[in-house]
Amino acid sequence: MRKDIIEIRWHGRGGQGAITAAKIVANGAFVTGFKGVVMAPTFGTERRGAPVLTSLKIAKEKIYDLSPITTPDMVVVLDHTLLDEVDVVAGLKEGGLVILNGPRPLSSYSFPGMRVAVADVTSQAVSAGLPPGIVNSGIIGAFAKATGLVDIDVLVRAIEEEFVGKKPEKNAQAARLVYANTAIGG
Amino acid sequence: MHIIESGNVAAATGVKLARAQVIAAYPITPQTPLTEKLSEFVESGQLQAQYIPVESEHSAMAVCIAATSAGARSFTATSANGLLYMNEQLHWAVGARLPIVMCVANRGVGAPWTVWNDQQDTIAQRDVGWIQLYANDHQQIIDTVIKAFKLAQTVSIPVMVCYDGYLLSHTYMPFEQPAQELVDGFLPSFAPRHFLDPNNPGNFNTVTLPDIRPGVDGTMMPGYIEIRHNLQRDLRAAIDVYGDIDRDFARTFGRGGCPFVEQYRCDDAEFVAVAIGSLSYQLRDVIDILRESGMRIGVVGVQMYRPFPSQAIVEALSGRKCVVVFEKALSYGNQGALYADIKAALYPIGQRPQVHNYILGLGGREIKTAQLLDALTLSCTAPDSFGDEPRWIGLKLQE
Repeated sequence: MRKDIIEIRWHGRGGQGAITAAKIVANGAFVTGFKGVVMAPTFGTERRGAPVLTSLKIAKEKIYDLSPITTPDMVVVLDHTLLDEVDVVAGLKEGGLVILNGPRPLSSYSFPGMRVAVADVTSQAVSAGLPPGIVNSGIIGAFAKATGLVDIDVLVRAIEEEFVGKKPEKNAQAARLVYANTAIGG
Repeated sequence: MHIIESGNVAAATGVKLARAQVIAAYPITPQTPLTEKLSEFVESGQLQAQYIPVESEHSAMAVCIAATSAGARSFTATSANGLLYMNEQLHWAVGARLPIVMCVANRGVGAPWTVWNDQQDTIAQRDVGWIQLYANDHQQIIDTVIKAFKLAQTVSIPVMVCYDGYLLSHTYMPFEQPAQELVDGFLPSFAPRHFLDPNNPGNFNTVTLPDIRPGVDGTMMPGYIEIRHNLQRDLRAAIDVYGDIDRDFARTFGRGGCPFVEQYRCDDAEFVAVAIGSLSYQLRDVIDILRESGMRIGVVGVQMYRPFPSQAIVEALSGRKCVVVFEKALSYGNQGALYADIKAALYPIGQRPQVHNYILGLGGREIKTAQLLDALTLSCTAPDSFGDEPRWIGLKLQE
């Protein structure tokens, strides 16, 4: 009910790293001065490949309500094939933002009344030298470009810290490439 | 340094900073990531401890009992049915006055099976004799774990550090990690007066008789009832001990100051909501909304539940018009356990506030801010319409 909380819902598939992506953005937001940061995965059972979602709330002041997001300001979709299975815009506020990893151009995705940002994160991540299917670092570049909430350099540092020992440079490069190749419209 | 991690990692980090020497645990949701993290700390050498995998929670507590008897700082963690499976050993640990620290990620108790949060598991253990401390966020989890080790060894009574399963155990938020050298200065190593020592053989916890009797050296030894009397005496004294420990902690780390109850906007409040755990923080948003409409209302979070900090409760609640107790547990067949305890604490004072009881959130049922708003509005506008039976929030009965 607090008006100052930015609510971001992340949609991915089990094993795709949506929680890690949200955690990296949480770190970047905290460093940027958002003292209130709460990231809550969906509670319960998770299967690899099944649709999963996680809630990220950020605010300038401490957040006390840990309940799941029902009316997000923005949704981040790590996998465009989820669009056939999940109503990713459920509860999205009027004029809200959809950030999507999809292979097709911006004009081919339609979310009436919403703003849309599209990047082909899957192929950009491969260009950055990551194995096919690693999208949770790249999507952060689209998030930075589309929202402007957290500076891309701050997020890249957060990526490097999170991926210590797991190709930090390539994951950071994926985010930078996606940042430069995100189309925004709507 | 601040990190953003889960509540389970906050707890594990506290245990690492406290330099636990023996960890024995059996996995159970939603506690499992805590002891997994500890096993990583041990494996990587960040924590010099024996990690003992066991075949059950009963054995986990048995290992902690043995290790603590031998003079080692011991830790375990569990949830729900795992905690209940330990029950017999919980009684033993406290009767033997062993300062074990255990985290409980609160979860509903089966049957029917549930892995989600409520607080029935630890509330049902309130009469065992363990100290019970509850945390409202990750900072309180890590800080309370460190304070718990000091409290346990100061009073020779085991301590449960409880936090809401999933809501806190699996949620990520920022918290400050205390520096190791400050923790080392705050928490002295565990050096019990008596411990199992092959070079100095002795018997612990031998059979007591109904009456006192001479020990091997001829001096009169306490019987069962004296030992149990002393446990009760020391538990009541542990309230002040914990107050001192919390003050020490605040001096060292700059955090704390509310060891028993944590008040929010209570100064001029006519109405006060009461809850344990993260729910007491969720209620803060509701209080802010009601304050905007001119209602004089605040919220009290209960941080220490056993021993029950009666004096702090009375100081926080006396002089109010109405106290509204929200609970994620029940003393089945009666009413909310905290509700009953609060009424008992308020009984001796002259002008007693009205006390209402709501049961909610059992088995992880989502608690919506709007529901809390409606409940508190009803309590504030029609306080006389309530009886002594608890009311339920969010029930969807199909009848």
